[in-house]
Amino acid sequence: MTVSEFFHMGGYAFYVWSSYGLATVLLIWTFFSPMLSKKNIIKELRIKYRQQERQAQESQNQE
Amino acid sequence: MKLPAIVNKFASPKNFYSMSGKMIPWFVWGFVLTLLAGLYYGFFVAPPDYQQGESYRIMFVHVPAAWMSMFIYMVMATSGAIGLIWRIKTADLMASVSAPIGAVFTLIALATGSLWGKPMWGTYWVWDARLTSELILLFLYLGFIALQASIEDPRNAARAGAVLAIVGVVNIPIIHYSVEWWSTLHQGATVSKMDKPSIHISMLIPLLLMAVSFKLYYVSSALMRARGEILRREQNSRWVKEIVTGENITGEAK
Repeated sequence: MTVSEFFHMGGYAFYVWSSYGLATVLLIWTFFSPMLSKKNIIKELRIKYRQQERQAQESQNQE
Repeated sequence: MKLPAIVNKFASPKNFYSMSGKMIPWFVWGFVLTLLAGLYYGFFVAPPDYQQGESYRIMFVHVPAAWMSMFIYMVMATSGAIGLIWRIKTADLMASVSAPIGAVFTLIALATGSLWGKPMWGTYWVWDARLTSELILLFLYLGFIALQASIEDPRNAARAGAVLAIVGVVNIPIIHYSVEWWSTLHQGATVSKMDKPSIHISMLIPLLLMAVSFKLYYVSSALMRARGEILRREQNSRWVKEIVTGENITGEAK
């Protein structure tokens, strides 16, 4: 089997490769999107905790 | 019925977070290895089909994706039910994070089936029982996601989602038996038959490798989603604050 024969898929190249291509894109996107959202959550929480600490300090200073 | 205390301790968000963090790399490696083996067998070892030629190689992604679409739905409904009955937060969590992954596998099953149907049946789509019930499965997933997104209180969202998921379970046997109950273009089951699978071993091996690979993909992907979601849902607890800020407030050894 030559390389071009392999990619030709016996004339079914479009159907076979778009099936695998679509599955690859969707599975990669589904896999990596939670990594991004986890990073965002951590970023948001850092800001939130820092604000909480600042508020706690301010109220201590007022006392 | 009460669960033993050890279950609650094991399923606590904190324990779940640290355990899953250790397990994810193993699942990811298992996924990658079975995927490579499955693709190698599927493209280079398995011979062309005597009727369908090379086009049948779509099966190695289509069939495992379709299996996953139903398997994940059952996991989602079961963990939803567990969360409903025993109020285990991590069970609710697993139901929520499973839904988008299940929806993606359903979409893959539908799209690759369509791309396989065109050269073999002469049409991308036909409104028969198998295809329609699988499309309903996609709508069930999307409905579950939309319902949970529309309810702000996480416990109410979990409860409403679980009820929807449990009611939707009725669709799973319909999908499975649709090819027997109604006349259809879709072929019948070849692997799960009681006597002997009517598929040659050289094609069965890559099919099963891909099925295992997709299962491991689902587990690692769901656990990763769950870890992010735990941080958000448990943001007011001390251990999350410790992880996020990198401080060791309680003075415990890490």
